[in-house]
Amino acid sequence: MDLIQTRAEDVLVVRAGGQLNVTNRHELKDLVSVALDAGDRKFVLDFTGTGYIDSSGLGALVTLAKKVRESGGDVQLAGLNADLRHLFALTKLDTLFRIAGSSDEALAAF
Amino acid sequence: MPPDARPLRLCVRRQAGADGRAARVWVRVPSEVAAIEEAVEVLTRHCLAGAPSSASVRFRLQTALAEALANAVLRGNQSDLRKGVHVAVELETDVVRVHVGDEGDGFDPSRMLQRQPVADADGGRGLLLLHALADALQYNERGNALCMTLRRR
Repeated sequence: MDLIQTRAEDVLVVRAGGQLNVTNRHELKDLVSVALDAGDRKFVLDFTGTGYIDSSGLGALVTLAKKVRESGGDVQLAGLNADLRHLFALTKLDTLFRIAGSSDEALAAF
Repeated sequence: MPPDARPLRLCVRRQAGADGRAARVWVRVPSEVAAIEEAVEVLTRHCLAGAPSSASVRFRLQTALAEALANAVLRGNQSDLRKGVHVAVELETDVVRVHVGDEGDGFDPSRMLQRQPVADADGGRGLLLLHALADALQYNERGNALCMTLRRR
């Protein structure tokens, strides 16, 4: 999985390329953890370049979102295609996250 | 071995279809998490070979394979490297049947499926996803092998 970080004012945007799965879920959790320690509180996770997310990857998103919110921050998701959105609806994760069409829309919603 | 060469982790065997028989592919996957993504790629390539598949068909197949393999490696074989995950694929014109078996003790899938998904739980979504993604899904009696049918075009 390729994780590319960019910053828009006080929001850290992370673009995830490849797959988010049982093999690499810790990479995304670790990145957000380090950013939290460095003082970041607002995150956009952009999945435009993501192929699939397995249940371990979904679990990792839940865990990291809890951690960010416990620290007084928030996570928004962006760039989910129709198949990924279906997965989120099925697992009720769409009730847990604010989901924007694109990173720009997510940034505007912060 | 050259320093940049990776040992071959997957053992793949393919039998071409003839006289109306389905082509078959067998893959043995070692019980390590690091092998799953590569196995998903290899299996997807075989499953969709010669079929004009959409992004959605590819997504469902990849996600279901990743889920089934992760269950077999982590829960079935409990990452015991002495055990393997055995995958057999039957390729029909429109569908693919994927058999995934592990060498574990098995489990009772009906009990797991009675659980309602909890939105903020860290885990417990794997079987739900598998059932939603596959067009048909069956387990053997012992609960250590499944057969899932998915569209390939």
